[in-house]
Amino acid sequence: MKPKRTHLYSLAAAVAFAVLLGVADATLDAFSLRVLDLCAIYIVLALSLNLVNGFTGLFSLGHAGFMAVGAYTCALLTMTPEQKEMNFFLEPIAPWLAHVTIPFIPALVVAGLVAAALGFVIAAPALRLRDDYLAIATLGFAEIIRVVLTNAQSITNGALGLKGLPKFAGTWEVWGCAALSVAFMVLLTRSAYGRALKAVRDDEIAAGAMGVNVFRTKVVSFTVSSFMAGVGGALLGHLLTTIDPKMFTFMLTFNILLVVVLGGMASITGSVIASIGVTILMEALRFLDGPLDLGVFQLEARPGLRMVVFSALLMAVVLFRQRGLMGSREFSWEMLSRARLPWRKGGPAGTDGGTHGVA
Amino acid sequence: MALLSTERVTMRFGGLTAVSRLDVRIEKDEIVGLIGPNGAGKTTAFNVITGMNTPTEGRVLFAGEDITGMARHQIARRGIARTFQNIRLFKEMSVLENVLVGCHLRLHPNLFEATLHLPGYRRRDAEARAFAMDLLREVGLESNADELATSLPYGKQRRLEIVRALATRPSMLLLDEPAAGMNPHESLELMHFIRRIRDQFGLTILLIEHHMQVVMGVCHRIYVLEYGQTIAQGDPAAIQNDPKVIEAYLGAQ
Ligand SMILES: Nc1ncnc2c1ncn2[C@@H]1O[C@H](COP(=O)(O)OP(=O)(O)O)[C@@H](O)[C@H]1O
Ligand SMILES: [Mg+2]
Repeated sequence: MKPKRTHLYSLAAAVAFAVLLGVADATLDAFSLRVLDLCAIYIVLALSLNLVNGFTGLFSLGHAGFMAVGAYTCALLTMTPEQKEMNFFLEPIAPWLAHVTIPFIPALVVAGLVAAALGFVIAAPALRLRDDYLAIATLGFAEIIRVVLTNAQSITNGALGLKGLPKFAGTWEVWGCAALSVAFMVLLTRSAYGRALKAVRDDEIAAGAMGVNVFRTKVVSFTVSSFMAGVGGALLGHLLTTIDPKMFTFMLTFNILLVVVLGGMASITGSVIASIGVTILMEALRFLDGPLDLGVFQLEARPGLRMVVFSALLMAVVLFRQRGLMGSREFSWEMLSRARLPWRKGGPAGTDGGTHGVA
Repeated sequence: MALLSTERVTMRFGGLTAVSRLDVRIEKDEIVGLIGPNGAGKTTAFNVITGMNTPTEGRVLFAGEDITGMARHQIARRGIARTFQNIRLFKEMSVLENVLVGCHLRLHPNLFEATLHLPGYRRRDAEARAFAMDLLREVGLESNADELATSLPYGKQRRLEIVRALATRPSMLLLDEPAAGMNPHESLELMHFIRRIRDQFGLTILLIEHHMQVVMGVCHRIYVLEYGQTIAQGDPAAIQNDPKVIEAYLGAQ
């Protein structure tokens, strides 16, 4: 292995990707660009869910709740007083919120921090549970968050939601966040801290016996994941420019879980690929939700048919390829050179287990 | 003063008393055996000492400190390491990574330092890696370092579990049936290995084992449990001739 060379490759790939993004940003139509940006947001969200579910082995289903908190926090912090007044026509906005307006990036950070704080608070009781109990508890918390958002009329505008958010989440912002998330996850999972997460996932009892503070490790993972979910939610809000509580139901969590499972639990590469694949497929299959003309006979519009395809896909994965696209493997330059040059002497040095990261 | 002692430790699960008023005293540098038929409460005794179970009654003292009811990682931090009867390796991690988790205590990484690979962390991580590789070399597992831990043959998995425990730099090591599934030759090797690590790392060892050859060969003293009760204790010769022990074993086998 030559770390210097692979670093160069990575740098070159990053630059090439940035150039590509720049070209896309300048040439693509609004719809395609939105799909492209959605891919990046899904990367952030999938990685955040993967951190908890894939790398730490905690079956958490509360993601939509943290996204909602992030989205609302960011929206309320960035909207101008006039925009707020226009939205809150049923009941005026709480006075302490009416006049705060801060720039997008700081608001994004605050959104993440608020979601993280909430994650931290929820973690203490929820992480005493395990497996399906944890799943149910986190699902319940997410639902509570949604109900609170629906009813806190003077803060969130209730069921009406918030419309006309400034479209701050452009290609550079969302892909910047995606890149930061990938970099963070690669560095984290390769570090001793990442090892502790995986140890907790693989065997909690043995991890404890090795001196890993199991509970604290879980809380940290959950909190960091909530931060990322909050940021992802905020980006989503500022891409779609409207948010309302109905957006953040369990279906949203399910979509992200789908991405993570398809890509492979505990694979950053898998989450990235599946985020892009699923997002594009989700848009490409949108026609399924409308009326279908099958030549011989016509089908009337059946909204939700699209999700049937994804559910079937998920079942196929669960049945036939349980470990998803990548399992827990990661992309690395060495892996590429192994694939291309099978005749090379010396052969592969290591296993293709999770030890190699994205080089 | 004893390094490890239990004072009238009792562990009940519902109506079942798995361990009853256990009193062990283990001096520094000793190798002590814990034997008895299946279900006698040996593993439960380990679980109480290492914080997996909080005893219903009694106290556990280690190096003069009351560690009863402490969390597992706190007990590990104080220098007690263990292996498990049903091997508990980190399944999705490589051999080297398994040992590195054992180095966690000395690395004590915090999220930011570790993620950002700051210099202090990098130095500690490099040291830990070198140390882990040394340990693996010590037991002939260095060529398996990058393999998945669970892909190793059974005997090597047992050795890896011991190495992982050693990586925590313990002063006290608890081994739960380390020779299980080994043939006579392998168990003999294990016996030498146990002596060697005791000397090399300055360990005190408490050992659960069914292979009498190993127990009698390596232990200075032995406690015998049956149905949670301590029915005998003493040096190997005394234990071998104790009528109660003979009866318990003949009855069980
Ligand atoms: N967590 C537990 N809950 C209920 N019963 C247990 C538990 N752990 C052990 N036991 C019971 O305690 C007794 C002693 O078990 P154990 O300590 O594993 O025996 P040994 O290691 O000597 O074979 C057994 O009857 C076992 O079923
Ligand atoms: Mg046992």
